[in-house]
Amino acid sequence: MSILTVSDLRAYYITRAFGIEREVRAVDDVSLSVARNEIYGLAGESSCGKSTLIKTIAAATRPPLRLMSGSVTFDFAGHRIDMHAATSSDIAAIRWRHLSYIMQGSMSVLNPVRRVRHAFIDFAHRHIARPMPEFLDIVRAHLRRLHLALEVLEAYPHELSGGMRQRVTIALATVCRPDFIIADEPTTALDVVVQKDVLAMIRDIQQEIGSSLLFVTHDLAVHANLCDRLGVMYAGRLVEEGPTADLLRSPRHPYTAHLVTSLPRIGDATPRPSLSGAPPNLADPPSGCRFHPRCPLAMDICRREVPTMQTTGTAHRVACFAAQ
Amino acid sequence: MMAPLLELEDVSRVYTSGGLLGRRRVRAVDGVSFSVAADGPEIFAIIGESGSGKTTLARMILNIVPPSTGTIRFRGTSLHHGWRRRARLDFMRQVQPILQNPFEAFNPLKRVDRYLFMTARRFASGDPEQRADEALRQVGLSLAEVHRRFPHELSGGQLQRIAIARALISAPALIVADEPVSMVDASLRMSIVNLFSLLRDRLGVSIIYITHDLATAYTISDRIIIMRDGRVVESGAARAVLDNPQHPYSILLKGAVLSADAIA
Amino acid sequence: MARVLRDLLRSNREFGIGIALLAVVVAMAAASALSPYPPNDTYVVPPDIPLSWAYPLGTTSRGQDVFWLLTFAIRNSLAFGVLVALLSRCLSLLIGLTAGYAGGMVDRALMAINDTFIVIPLFPILVLFYFVMRDRMSWVLLALVMAGLGWAYDARLIRSVALGLRTREFTETAIFSGMTARQILLQEHLPYVLPIVFSTTMNNINWSIGLEVTLSVLGFTDINTPTIGVMIYWANQHTALVAGIWWWIAFPVVLVVMTFIGLFLLAVSMNEYIDPRSRLSRFGA
Repeated sequence: MSILTVSDLRAYYITRAFGIEREVRAVDDVSLSVARNEIYGLAGESSCGKSTLIKTIAAATRPPLRLMSGSVTFDFAGHRIDMHAATSSDIAAIRWRHLSYIMQGSMSVLNPVRRVRHAFIDFAHRHIARPMPEFLDIVRAHLRRLHLALEVLEAYPHELSGGMRQRVTIALATVCRPDFIIADEPTTALDVVVQKDVLAMIRDIQQEIGSSLLFVTHDLAVHANLCDRLGVMYAGRLVEEGPTADLLRSPRHPYTAHLVTSLPRIGDATPRPSLSGAPPNLADPPSGCRFHPRCPLAMDICRREVPTMQTTGTAHRVACFAAQ
Repeated sequence: MMAPLLELEDVSRVYTSGGLLGRRRVRAVDGVSFSVAADGPEIFAIIGESGSGKTTLARMILNIVPPSTGTIRFRGTSLHHGWRRRARLDFMRQVQPILQNPFEAFNPLKRVDRYLFMTARRFASGDPEQRADEALRQVGLSLAEVHRRFPHELSGGQLQRIAIARALISAPALIVADEPVSMVDASLRMSIVNLFSLLRDRLGVSIIYITHDLATAYTISDRIIIMRDGRVVESGAARAVLDNPQHPYSILLKGAVLSADAIA
Repeated sequence: MARVLRDLLRSNREFGIGIALLAVVVAMAAASALSPYPPNDTYVVPPDIPLSWAYPLGTTSRGQDVFWLLTFAIRNSLAFGVLVALLSRCLSLLIGLTAGYAGGMVDRALMAINDTFIVIPLFPILVLFYFVMRDRMSWVLLALVMAGLGWAYDARLIRSVALGLRTREFTETAIFSGMTARQILLQEHLPYVLPIVFSTTMNNINWSIGLEVTLSVLGFTDINTPTIGVMIYWANQHTALVAGIWWWIAFPVVLVVMTFIGLFLLAVSMNEYIDPRSRLSRFGA
């Protein structure tokens, strides 16, 4: 049973300024689903649309971003909610209790002029309806489980290091034991050593709570170490999706293949191949398959038609004419 | 024996903060010494996490900030912060930077080719447009592609290449690259890192490659130092150090690097 | 330039209204060249005549045609305002950019001077200036004094933008491209500073005309040259409102209010257009 179903989602940025109108097709016809207790990774580089996809899934779309068509539906143990048809009070009711976020900039979540304790009170107290002392006990127990020092509650955000702040944000996002967590590049700005700890923490808490996790990052190595399934986005479209091990061992889409082979590895000094060209401008994307200008396997049909996702192998989907 | 290209001798940089009561002194760089030889071009990597002092070190090598103690010598001459314009231009002709953020490296309101022409006019002889075109070709672009474009029209990878081309125009002996690929997309990263190897082999430019990414450093560096809290904890030949780190911090660092091979 | 104006006229209503108002004001000022009466002459027409076909805006108690007098008045007030604004802009830019870019002791010294000027109470000084200069008072002199006192606030604004720009990476690229400090300030930083300069210019014109009107109404300027304030001064001297000669005060006030609103709307609409962020979003960044 899928906890998240995204169908044929289309979200564009429509800007109109001084007589010039532009339409940026940030998310174009994306369909995916995430099962319970599953870590789904979303890979792709900058301007591939993954941040826009996250915003649309979280119903955080504000002009100039507009949902053009498609739907985003969550199913929290029988309680179904269509994110864009629901009222704001419905969505407020599920936020943090069923759906929470871990964002890249921890400072944008934590109020810099209040102690960390207040962040927990502001975000979570509404959902854990207990008197304050009991609530704080619950918070403290949660922190202890995550091996975080309790002094953190009394600190101001700027007194904590970047890694510590991010750990606090994770604790904040998981204190209500949500069913679904969206993580947008949570470890990208962190040092390598800290990143390893933070990822371990995310893995532990996910296993304990059993929530589903949608993890967005461009770093394939992180996906390899964390995610059960992986979806690769390019230029606003989902091009390949499948179990992580499958995708990395035998990628079917030329873009995924390139991402995998271009990863440098310690212990391997052979020069890594690189791809020519650059990701396309989404206001004026190429016709047909958006990867065809850079694809080594490009055929005539790739220029004319958009490839659709076809299933090859167990739960492994590819959108590529050459792979089919 | 030729003087080394770059020589750092017990260089430290201390920042003081705080008011009259309770000044705090932060040793951003503490007693760093190394040298880059002049007899053959090499890629010298400086590895460190945030707070390790690597960016401060880069700015001292580029003569943007002076060291608090110790000396930095380029081709035998000490760097001096209060140089006259001619000495400063002379230095800049031979040492050029590549900055971390390719989107910020150029003024968003101005066209990018402008910087190329300006560098050519100031530091190179001959027709500026021709020099710019030559430099762009060396990085895999051409003047026609870049002509009259604004930064927002180009990708991070392209912008970083243009920044490299600009640094090459004066035919420098040393390029200081501070985290040049950390803000570039994963799929474009290797093309730029490979470009550095090419510059060393084909053009004989030495490169100081500052990064936190051990994997890319492994691929192209000749020698390496690992910094922590302003100090050098380990140094030596790149492959030797990274295959077999000795210092506990280096071992920790290597162990924390995630590999996609974990599953494959 | 023409395309910019056309874009603005088409898409921005504030700009259109502002331009329309200013067009009227400037037309009035330009019409002063056609005036049949020299500006300082009195009793050239019958006094105290209300609005009529012969005298569309009436005449004053001193026997001047309000319409033609107004053309001179607005011309002089505008010229004064523009002169003060230009002079003080130059000072603000010079000091603000230098302080922001140079930093260190230069910055501290300049800002110490700057803050002293901000604190100086403007009005008493100008009144004092009048009492000292009295007969040798002239508009140019007053403009110089006001410009010399009115640059400080904006210099600080410009300095803060310059400070921020100095730490941006493209400044470093410019330095390593061999640009001199002056080139960097003019070519790299000025486009970011321009929106502030522009809107403060409009504000400055409003401020200086406002101050001129205040001083003139109280009689602390050269009351023989017609300006908006001087017109109102003379109207008060002849107790125009009590005598029922309302057109003597009303029309100068209406015209100067039109000027203020027009300049303000222009500043607001052009500001949004020039602002680097909105420029970038127009490019499609």
